[in-house]
Amino acid sequence: MAEKQYPNIIYREKDVPDIRRYEVYAAHDGYAAFKKALGMEPKAVIEEVKASNLRGRGGAGFSAGMKWSFIPQSEPVKYVVVNADESETGTFKDRQIMENNPHQLIEGALICAWAIQAKAVYIYLRGEYMDVAAQLDARIAEAYANGWLGENIQGSGWSCDMFTHLGAGAYICGEESALLESLEGKLGQPRVRPPFPAQKGGGLYGEPTVVNNVETLANVPWIMRNGAAEYKKIGTEGSTGTKVFCLSGHVAKPGNYELPFGVTIRALIYELGGGISGGRQIKGLLPSGGSGPVIRFDGNDDPRLDTPMTYEDFQKLGSILGSASFIVMDETVDMAWVASRITKFFKHESCGKCTPCREGTYWLDKTLDRIMDGTARPGDVDLINNVARNMQGMTLCALGDFAANPILHTIKNFPEDFKARMGAGD
Amino acid sequence: MLAEKYADRIQKVFAKYPDKRSAVMPMLYIAQEEYGWVSPDGLREVAEICELDPTQVKSIAGFYTMYSEHPKGKYWLQVCTDLACALRGADEFYGQLKETLGVDDGGTTADGMFTVEHVMCLGACDRAPMLQCNFHFHENLDMDKMNALIAQWRAEAGK
Repeated sequence: MAEKQYPNIIYREKDVPDIRRYEVYAAHDGYAAFKKALGMEPKAVIEEVKASNLRGRGGAGFSAGMKWSFIPQSEPVKYVVVNADESETGTFKDRQIMENNPHQLIEGALICAWAIQAKAVYIYLRGEYMDVAAQLDARIAEAYANGWLGENIQGSGWSCDMFTHLGAGAYICGEESALLESLEGKLGQPRVRPPFPAQKGGGLYGEPTVVNNVETLANVPWIMRNGAAEYKKIGTEGSTGTKVFCLSGHVAKPGNYELPFGVTIRALIYELGGGISGGRQIKGLLPSGGSGPVIRFDGNDDPRLDTPMTYEDFQKLGSILGSASFIVMDETVDMAWVASRITKFFKHESCGKCTPCREGTYWLDKTLDRIMDGTARPGDVDLINNVARNMQGMTLCALGDFAANPILHTIKNFPEDFKARMGAGD
Repeated sequence: MLAEKYADRIQKVFAKYPDKRSAVMPMLYIAQEEYGWVSPDGLREVAEICELDPTQVKSIAGFYTMYSEHPKGKYWLQVCTDLACALRGADEFYGQLKETLGVDDGGTTADGMFTVEHVMCLGACDRAPMLQCNFHFHENLDMDKMNALIAQWRAEAGK
């Protein structure tokens, strides 16, 4: 049976050799969308993106056009910051977008910059993507050389620069206010909000700033070229367009798959991903890397595998779609071990600013270590639940919740895995 | 001295930002490249270049894990053992690598060639096991490929 074909936006030119090079990208209608935007009022560009219902692909799913519309036009200096910090466990889509089709991102970021009349665009990449940044620098130079960046772009009277900036190993910098702190040369710790980044005093160097994920902006050229109405024909009403799903863990064919929203989990894992490795049964799925609630599946025939992949439907499953970083776990996996691994990640990545997260992750890790090495005390599972609940909603950024959610849901959805490790007293 | 040796690069970095402080992270990378780690001299020089207090620069170097505050081996191997990689054999791979080199997690080989450590997700979960060597990716590894890489790096270093 031939593989079903799904419409692609981000990957539509994935089979074009050398699409990363400017000449090739330009020959495939590259920068036509930006040129079209330059012929429109900035406000009309924002309205078009708003009408498309494009939602942020970094995890929060907030309307991109809405975010752009919050920028006060009266302020003389505004910025666009591209969040390419991609550090969530199980997430590896933005790297491939930047490697394979960098001009698509540059063009999308430029359309956003025009829409809010930004002075400059900063692309903040995680430090480990040093080689990707070097490649991107070369592509940005191509855009300058061809008159898409710099002074008086295409005779519009508007000038804009674009720069890459490397982080240096800190998950927290994916959080937008911590990212801005880091870009200003400070510790990557979240800010107290309000003011929000879009407001005066809340953005980069205190100026109104749009912070968007790589994948979000990579959608924008297609939307400008084809219009919001065409975009909304792809996906579902609440989740328009496509999403790049990062598939990892116990699947035969891990990798990035771009699919319209609304395709089922089963189609992704079993058709495209080749099913569970070694023909085993599925046990659990982390749909948003380490930070979202784990979903329980009772084997490959579980009817909930037929759930459509949308923001709305994943809420009904008691989880989130988030960044769509799907870590698949088969029947051999001990969920107490999974909880322990994720907790070690968050303990390591807590920035230390808020007490509940800094101390909470330490306590969770210590208690889980006891459960894992067979020295659990009676009441340790209750202790974990208690500590984790006291982290939820108690921190400046979402990391406190991210650290608490997976462990709470692992215990709730797989109690047997914890019971098996507890002594007779619990 | 960094300011003289890297004058061109430093100017290019400053040109990106309206504020000298934003250049502190790029400058720390330059210092690390020059000295092999963020040495006390490197810290002082970066502070001077960015017009910051050395204590501020030290706090930045300490917060971000890619700056090393201690000398490392010539080849700094960072193996991802995070959840997604662990599900695809990263723990076993890392165990074998440590055994082959005769070092523990965070250790450096006696000849100063290799430092190994485990790290959190590097964004290559579909290509596990994987590692970064001096921040360059090596993916879809097994011990055969790893032994070949180790031999190659030893040959490059003449050891």
